[in-house]
Amino acid sequence: MKNNFWQNRGIPLAWLLLTRQPLRLLVAIAGICFAGILMFMQLGFRDGLFDASVTVHRLFDTDLVLMSPRSMSSISMSGFPRRRLVQTMAHKDVIGTTPVNWNFLLWRNPQTLSTRAILALGFEPSDPLLLDPGFQIKAQALKSSGRVLFDVLSREEFGPVPKWFAEGKVVETEVAGKRVRVAGLVSLGPSFGADGNLITSRETFLKLLPTTPPGSIEIGLIRLRPEADPEQVIESLTASLPNDVKVFTRKEFIDFEKNYWRTSTSIGFIFTLGAGMGFIVGCVIVYQILYSDVSDHLAEYATLLAMGYRLKTLFGVVAREGIFLAIMGYVPAYISGQALYALVRSSTKLPVEMDSQRAFLVFFLILFMCMASASVAMRKLVDADPAEIF
Amino acid sequence: MQIQLRFSNLLFIVKSFNNSKFNISTVQIESLSHWYGKGINRKQVLHNVSMKIEPGEVVLLTGPSGCGKTTLLTLIGALRKVEQGDLFVLGNQLRGSLRKTRQILRKNIGMIFQGHNLLRCLTAEQNVQMGSDLLRGLSYRDRRDHAREWLRAVGLEDQMSKLPHDLSGGQKQRVAIARALSARPKLLLADEPTSALDSVTGREIVSLLKRLAVNQHCSVLMVTHDPRILDVADRLIKMEDGRLQPVIE
Repeated sequence: MKNNFWQNRGIPLAWLLLTRQPLRLLVAIAGICFAGILMFMQLGFRDGLFDASVTVHRLFDTDLVLMSPRSMSSISMSGFPRRRLVQTMAHKDVIGTTPVNWNFLLWRNPQTLSTRAILALGFEPSDPLLLDPGFQIKAQALKSSGRVLFDVLSREEFGPVPKWFAEGKVVETEVAGKRVRVAGLVSLGPSFGADGNLITSRETFLKLLPTTPPGSIEIGLIRLRPEADPEQVIESLTASLPNDVKVFTRKEFIDFEKNYWRTSTSIGFIFTLGAGMGFIVGCVIVYQILYSDVSDHLAEYATLLAMGYRLKTLFGVVAREGIFLAIMGYVPAYISGQALYALVRSSTKLPVEMDSQRAFLVFFLILFMCMASASVAMRKLVDADPAEIF
Repeated sequence: MQIQLRFSNLLFIVKSFNNSKFNISTVQIESLSHWYGKGINRKQVLHNVSMKIEPGEVVLLTGPSGCGKTTLLTLIGALRKVEQGDLFVLGNQLRGSLRKTRQILRKNIGMIFQGHNLLRCLTAEQNVQMGSDLLRGLSYRDRRDHAREWLRAVGLEDQMSKLPHDLSGGQKQRVAIARALSARPKLLLADEPTSALDSVTGREIVSLLKRLAVNQHCSVLMVTHDPRILDVADRLIKMEDGRLQPVIE
């Protein structure tokens, strides 16, 4: 069958039409590539920003999360009574809990002395907090009062803390007007809401932020026995707890935050619109190229009709030109996309990755763009009148 | 009037039946008329044309420009709809024919144009293969060999991989002939194939065309102004103001 197909092939007219006009082909590829890059960047930024909003969320060592129903997002967390978390311990599948305080505090850059809001997490240093196995040891340093762990991935505006610390200097600065000392470095990563992070003990946290009621926390981490079914536990916890707390699975907790940025801000709209612009620009370029290609070769198409070729065959030629253009434009767009993502990652620390889903999405958008333009350009083919060429 | 018309139709059906059984004329035209334009601008370009071309015959059609030669050629070439009269090409009635019928019929008609009309992006060999690609049931290699054979037959074996703009006018017209003949047509239509060529080349091209066509047992209808090539014809037809003039032997 395959052999048969190969034997039945004809002159690759679509390919030759494109490649024998290298300049026009180059313009077309550049145009499609540009549109592809635009789509890659816009969609990449969009997904990257949503992913970036949950960099810290992903790191917690937890199965279920307790939050106040008034908490809307990581930048506007409300407190709830800590006893709710203690109450969950009554459930047979719960093996451990960690109360966590979560708030933004002003960090003074030890070099320039300017201040900037940093996300501060407070917890009991003996409790597990992060999935990272090395963290437990570092957390021991927080047992002394006034010590913090600084996130090395925080933006540079917070000062050269990691560098100074690595050099063995004692790094001391002010947080919320109180003196603290950096007792170690952790690697969390900036998120969309927070440019930098620090982790401290609950005791220090309450000192830095004395207005926090002592019995109040922002999130409660709940670890379950490995064989427990999280959905069932949530059901029974929701039934037994009063409605001043909400129970989330780990995934729901992450999606809740992403969803805030998706629905309550214009980020999603703006970047999707940007990708849409790329799509339209691409359509116009491919249409222009294919239309002028068909117009220029109209007499030749008419000759083929006069020779006995079917109009359908000629439509096929234009369609194949569209497919070739899509493939030839996509490859450089994909490679440039990879390179630009790497650039974005290194300069903004946003987690922008080329995932296969987006790679396919952009490929199909480009293919659709080329086929739509080709089908509009085909209408010009109907003007090819073989009776006119004599 | 009605009865007469019906009778003539009946007569024609009997005739064409006979033809299909025994000896079909390649082209058979009975009182063919054609108009251009609409409304008051409607102008008759063909008046009651009747003629025949037999298999293997080389017929030249001459006449002043604008007399309807090219219109007749496009009608025979199944490129236009027949408005009035009967036109049988290779046994197919073209009056009221479907687009599909005309398209299939065109595969069996070779065409050579005044301006050669080669595909600019294809080499000489590929251009000829566009003709042989129309043949069904042959492998790619066979069709390519076929194309090469035809290029050899028109004396262009050294120019196979050249693009049309690297070829001279005469060479282009040779490629066009090879392309037209490579689809194994039973009828070859040529519209002033020598008009863009000098007299020596023109003469050469026409003799070549005739020799190859006759070898293939292919009929030829050639429209020409060129008085120097009239002697290649088996038969000469003159046209004036959309009417065929008495045949000159």
